[in-house]
Amino acid sequence: MAEADLALAERVANVRSRAGLDVARILVILGLGLVLFFLILPTLIVVPMSVGTASYISFPPEGFTLRWYIAYFRDPSWMSATWFSLRIAGVTTLAATVIGTLAAIALVRGRLPGKELLQAFTIAPLVVPHIVIAVAFYLTFAPLGLTGNFYGFAIAHTMLAVPYVVITVGAALQRFDPALELAALNCGATRLQAFFHVVLPNILPGVAAGAVFAFLASFDEATVAFFISGIEGKTITRKMFEDIDFNLTPVIAAVSTVLTLISLTLMGTIEIARRRSGAGSDH
Amino acid sequence: MPESSLAQPRIHGSPSSAGRYGTMTSLVLVSPLILLLGIAFAYPVGRLLWNSVFAPEPTLAHYTRIVAEPLYLVVLWRTFQIAFIVTVLAFLFGYPVAYAMARIPGRRAMLIAACVLVPLWTSILVRTYAWIVLLQRNGIVNTVLQETGLTETPLQLLYTQGAVILAMTHVLLPFMVLPIYSTLRNIPDDLAKAARNLGAGAPQAFIRITLPLSLPGAAAGTLITFILALGFYITPALVGGPRTLMMSTLIAQQTTELLDWPFAGALSAVLLTSTLLLAALYRRALSFSKGFSNG
Amino acid sequence: MHGASVSLRELGKRYGCVRAVDRVAIDIRPGEFLSLLGPSGSGKTTLLMMVAGFELPDSGAIWVGDRDITLVAPNRRDIGMVFQRYALFPHMTVAENIAFPLRMRRFSKKKTMQAVADALALVQLGGFEARLPAQLSGGQQQRVAVARALVFEPPVLLMDEPLGALDKKLREQMQIEIKRLQQSLGITVLYVTHDQEEALTMSDRIAVMRDGRLEQIGSPAELYDAPATSFVADFIGKMNFLEGECLGQDARCFEITIGRSSTIVVDRHLASHEALPQRGERVRLAVRPERIELTPHKNQKLSGIVESVIFVGSSRTFLVRLAGGELLHVQSQTTRESYSPSQGERVGLSIPSDCVHVFPQAEC
Ligand SMILES: Nc1ncnc2c1ncn2[C@@H]1O[C@H](COP(=O)(O)OP(=O)(O)O)[C@@H](O)[C@H]1O
Ligand SMILES: [Mg+2]
Repeated sequence: MAEADLALAERVANVRSRAGLDVARILVILGLGLVLFFLILPTLIVVPMSVGTASYISFPPEGFTLRWYIAYFRDPSWMSATWFSLRIAGVTTLAATVIGTLAAIALVRGRLPGKELLQAFTIAPLVVPHIVIAVAFYLTFAPLGLTGNFYGFAIAHTMLAVPYVVITVGAALQRFDPALELAALNCGATRLQAFFHVVLPNILPGVAAGAVFAFLASFDEATVAFFISGIEGKTITRKMFEDIDFNLTPVIAAVSTVLTLISLTLMGTIEIARRRSGAGSDH
Repeated sequence: MPESSLAQPRIHGSPSSAGRYGTMTSLVLVSPLILLLGIAFAYPVGRLLWNSVFAPEPTLAHYTRIVAEPLYLVVLWRTFQIAFIVTVLAFLFGYPVAYAMARIPGRRAMLIAACVLVPLWTSILVRTYAWIVLLQRNGIVNTVLQETGLTETPLQLLYTQGAVILAMTHVLLPFMVLPIYSTLRNIPDDLAKAARNLGAGAPQAFIRITLPLSLPGAAAGTLITFILALGFYITPALVGGPRTLMMSTLIAQQTTELLDWPFAGALSAVLLTSTLLLAALYRRALSFSKGFSNG
Repeated sequence: MHGASVSLRELGKRYGCVRAVDRVAIDIRPGEFLSLLGPSGSGKTTLLMMVAGFELPDSGAIWVGDRDITLVAPNRRDIGMVFQRYALFPHMTVAENIAFPLRMRRFSKKKTMQAVADALALVQLGGFEARLPAQLSGGQQQRVAVARALVFEPPVLLMDEPLGALDKKLREQMQIEIKRLQQSLGITVLYVTHDQEEALTMSDRIAVMRDGRLEQIGSPAELYDAPATSFVADFIGKMNFLEGECLGQDARCFEITIGRSSTIVVDRHLASHEALPQRGERVRLAVRPERIELTPHKNQKLSGIVESVIFVGSSRTFLVRLAGGELLHVQSQTTRESYSPSQGERVGLSIPSDCVHVFPQAEC
């Protein structure tokens, strides 16, 4: 019997290699590997560039130094841009999360005339090219003195970020069983109590995810920031844009690494939370 | 970046009407959003378009200028051309990645997902910067090319149309992969097995079953990619040069350098119209995909 | 159309260290309806997947008729299959779904149309050609799946829990229809189910699987009346289990105590294990509820108190607590004359000596 099994194993191996590991398959795997490499390379490349000693971009980077990070943290113009961006992102997160959550509740659970149209309007800022929004915003808000300062940015970025909150919270509300809210009402809760005690705790992961999206939508936003930044009020993205365009120092690599770490940490946390909660169904 | 949510922009109302919020409450709840989008989005964009026709007095001159001057027609044509090439490349690269991500089990699928999601979550500026580092005269690609003896002298890679296409394909690839992945993953494994059982070879099973069923995702992915590519600014602005002017970079040039706002408005109107037309198509594609959702 | 014989020869398959299928040997006769029955995870699907060609076995061979198909590609096997969730192609109409295997075999248009019409008539779905699967009820989808699996006239049909998604009533109706189809076509069916009632109703023979191994194979009556192991006894039909100790034996039967006071006499040939229990050995007894008879209490060897009476239409089930604390299910027909004690009553129990199965205790 054992001999027969060995013979079978051999034949199985033959079939596998015929059906499985022929040249075409190797080529497919190789191609796939190349595409994945192409995808991940630019994110990975900035890390070694940020610790190389040479003051111009060279490859492979030589030596190891943290001086570009130190330069970043010591440079007042980088620091002020960073703080400016963080403050805007903070306010944007707060405003977009509140406004977006309220709207999502109405859009998913409310009786509204023209709901379809409203939903289309809500996602319009995602579809309209940001360059058009940027130019339009500048045209209207510059005369009001609302460019190059905190308030202009807060308005613009909240507008850009709010669709993400509506979509994320809307999806969470859709997964939420309305019968639970009815049960709360049946137990004697008012509409408001039912919302805070039953609905909100259940959609909280969605709200949190929406808040993170809003934060990153503001913090990483570059096109509108390029147009409405001023000499004083300048975001980190605008500062990066300028430096990339005019003087390509390894400090940019250090800033890039920091930005990437922030984004990856935030998004990675959401992704892990999403998988853990089992809601990791669709993207 | 959270833009992956573009893949599912529609919010469906819950089917039961019990326990819904009344019209008044609902209106109060959406009013901040309407106010915000009205003031910060609809009014400025509307005004830009209005100005392109009515400022200072009614005229279509700005639009006729776009059609009349060969330079602008060239830019318009190039924008569509680049967006088209980027979309085709993203589809060719993206479909196999989405397929592998949906069909390969366990750890390796996580690895593929990471390769798709990490760049998506990396700031566009960072990614564009990385491409500059890779493509510049003394950059990594040139270094590798010279060391391996493929070229003698460094090639001009940056500020070319090729560089713009390459970098934009990279930036937009995840937007292609995710919708396709999402439909592929919802196609039960049994279907391809059933096809094989009924006499189809592996390629036949793919062509007749899996591919047609994934078309809605492919349609969504290509349209999102195309729309985003049409209006993309940061990457073409930094990686491209004067010879690769696109609609977005032209609009920026008109406003920041030439201060020709009405003309910029006309250009924006053209860009916006093309985008909205495509977005309407995209919605059609989505509703078309609903017929299959019961697989 | 005639069924072919299917021979599974010492089939084995492992995933890592899990032996999903462990040296299973079954010979299915042409035209036979054979069910694979077992709890979830017992290896039924894996076995079916190997026959269909979606998994390659680690050991053994699969023969259909006089053809070794162990390593043949799935699309070259000519074996019909009905998937658990039907696997109808959602982008094709009913007619296109059923025509699919014929198109793959390059049938002419005319022949295909005729065959599709015949297959639809066979499952009584004429007139549904242009519908999409999403526009059909669960039962109708099930029929389309059957029609698609039969349209290319395969000699063997595999079905993996095909009725699992249907409600009870529809399931019973489909059981009868599938059985009728199988008999009229003479096709060999390998049918997977975890529902023992379904297996008993439909099968010519049942193969009981457990942890990848074949536990017992036989006709429904054989499995019901002579389970080879206490696992089979437990899995098929209702069964009372009692712990006991062998007191002694003679040529014909042996005596077993239950608890402290009661004893049962068991026919020798009903002891399942080859080595008969020795004196003093602990054993496991199994008795079907309908084999136990209740009588008014009069110093019988076995007695108990009726704890509750459950009315199930044609019969009654009595839950009787023995002196040793064991609870027995006793089922008796509801007739006018039958003895029908009420709750709390003390009753005598008599168990015919040829109705008790004896298993070694260590087995479970
Ligand atoms: N693809 C697989 N990879 C690893 N283990 C598997 C796989 N398929 C089945 N198994 C394991 O093999 C055993 C038998 O599974 P299966 O054949 O599906 O049982 P059944 O159909 O009787 O429920 C189970 O323990 C299951 O976990
Ligand atoms: Mg199974």
